[in-house]
Amino acid sequence: MGVLLTLPILIPLFTAALCLLAWRWWRVQRVLGLVSAFALLCAAAALLYRVRTEGIQAVQIGAWPAPYGISLVADLFSAMMVMITGILGAAVAVYSAGSLDKARQSFGYYPLYHVLLMGVCGAFLTGDIFNLYVWFEVMLMASFVLLALGGGQGQIEGALKYVTLNLMASSVFLAAVGLLYSVAGTLNMADLARKLRHAPEPGIVTVLAMLFLVAFGTKAATFPLFFWLPASYHTPPVAVSAIFAGLLTKVGVYALIRVFTLIFVRDDVYVHTLILVIAGLTMVTGVLGAIAQNEFRRLLSFHIVSQIGYMIMGLALFTPLGLAGSVLFIIHNILAKSNLFLVSGLAQRFGGTFDLKKLGGLYEEHPALAVLFLVPALSLAGLPPFVGFFAKLLLIKAGLEAGSYVIVAVALGVSLLTLFSMMKIWTEVFWKPAPQRHPAVRRRAGAGLWASTASLAALTLALGIAAGPAFDLSRDAAAQLVNPQSYIDAVSRAHR
Amino acid sequence: MTLLLAVVIGVLYAGGLYMMLRRSLGTLIIGLALLSHAANLLIFTVSGLARGRPPLLPDNGVPAGPVSDPLPQALILTAIVIGFGVLAFTLTLMHRTYQITGSEDIDELRSTE
Repeated sequence: MGVLLTLPILIPLFTAALCLLAWRWWRVQRVLGLVSAFALLCAAAALLYRVRTEGIQAVQIGAWPAPYGISLVADLFSAMMVMITGILGAAVAVYSAGSLDKARQSFGYYPLYHVLLMGVCGAFLTGDIFNLYVWFEVMLMASFVLLALGGGQGQIEGALKYVTLNLMASSVFLAAVGLLYSVAGTLNMADLARKLRHAPEPGIVTVLAMLFLVAFGTKAATFPLFFWLPASYHTPPVAVSAIFAGLLTKVGVYALIRVFTLIFVRDDVYVHTLILVIAGLTMVTGVLGAIAQNEFRRLLSFHIVSQIGYMIMGLALFTPLGLAGSVLFIIHNILAKSNLFLVSGLAQRFGGTFDLKKLGGLYEEHPALAVLFLVPALSLAGLPPFVGFFAKLLLIKAGLEAGSYVIVAVALGVSLLTLFSMMKIWTEVFWKPAPQRHPAVRRRAGAGLWASTASLAALTLALGIAAGPAFDLSRDAAAQLVNPQSYIDAVSRAHR
Repeated sequence: MTLLLAVVIGVLYAGGLYMMLRRSLGTLIIGLALLSHAANLLIFTVSGLARGRPPLLPDNGVPAGPVSDPLPQALILTAIVIGFGVLAFTLTLMHRTYQITGSEDIDELRSTE
């Protein structure tokens, strides 16, 4: 019964252990890694199906009863996030098997990759706030090493900035957890939700909420705490960039949504107004930063920041429709953003550089790549019939219903600027005539690279066509978030 | 005692942040270490200081006297272990940075900006 909840953590754990045992045979590690990534995908799909049909699942680790032991909980939002982790994990595993150099593959890439997936899945599934801290650290540790692995100057400098700012956020998170325990006397999130509802000193609870906002805000790269992201995400190999861009900041967003819908529920307008302001500023600064860039991956990195704004906009509005928009937007963004990073890798392969000024002519040489770029790019900008359009539609409708016209105007304006910078990539990389090519440029790429990139683009397209079911799923996930009682009940009758 | 520890925590946070704002890589890492110590001490202090109360129950499960809450200490232990691992990694990273760039001035690490 509880097996389904533990599988997304156990599969990567055992894979990482087996890969370490097979340290000398990197080809064995590669096969293991691929098989396990698809196993994780299947386990995640089974979990999502179970949660969709039977409601919120919860299990107590080690059979310790609810507020004392560690709970693993999967509501619809968690299960969807685990599902998308499985999809991305499999796609990027295929991509990295075809694109990484042998030195990295044989020096611990696969164990680290699966530890990273384990940390991400653990963070999505845990129902205990200190356990969430531990999963964050697992994830960060793996990402630190992946970022620095095999690197020259750029990678090491990027890693240094990433490590320092993330460690500061972790220490704020840890202090906030300690203070929360002293106020509420529990660490179980469902129990915290129950106890903080009648907290004797609401002032202290607001202070704690601010500490969590700073800690998760740094990890999610919100304004003004995002500077580590564009300084580091363009430095590692493309496969690593893609998995970071897809998953890591979204774990921060997930934690923000979880904490601010379950534990620090809206009783003061102050917090949600603050989040709304942060959302708007994040969108604007991110997209303005992106417009100024001339490096493919740096431009995309700034877009990550900009889109985090949309995700927390739904949280700030705190209506069922707004949260549904956030959930759908996160899912769509993970797909589209990683897809764009994978495309940038292929463009670099064919064009020899990430510099937009020196690229060109790829539409003529590789029309398939141009299509694979256009699907996620237009979805990201929010054009119909792609899923990004529907996600933005939900957010904007929620904003209009809540009467927050300023944020709606900002969101629409930023969409236009997003479209502008996507078109900048289009004209520079694909449309303009090909410049003199570097002689070392490769003419073809392996089937794995094409397949993983194309499968993500196909998913973006499919989600756009099947927007109805996708919307239903997000709406139900948001309904569970808005009404945390079902989450609390599921934990209190969890299987031991 | 609580007041004393509160002052110590404040000094650790202030010192840690000050060191992180310096330009040298070495002091940056000392600053990070101080921050994590401050967070650990903070957990220890806010969850209530108790003198001479064991956090253990005898076999029969009935406490002989007042007991103290073992959970904060378990949290701190976990955090110390994590902090140790992270610190070891950052030291290696610093060493590698110095090897590659030949400088330990943070202001010169601008190639990724």
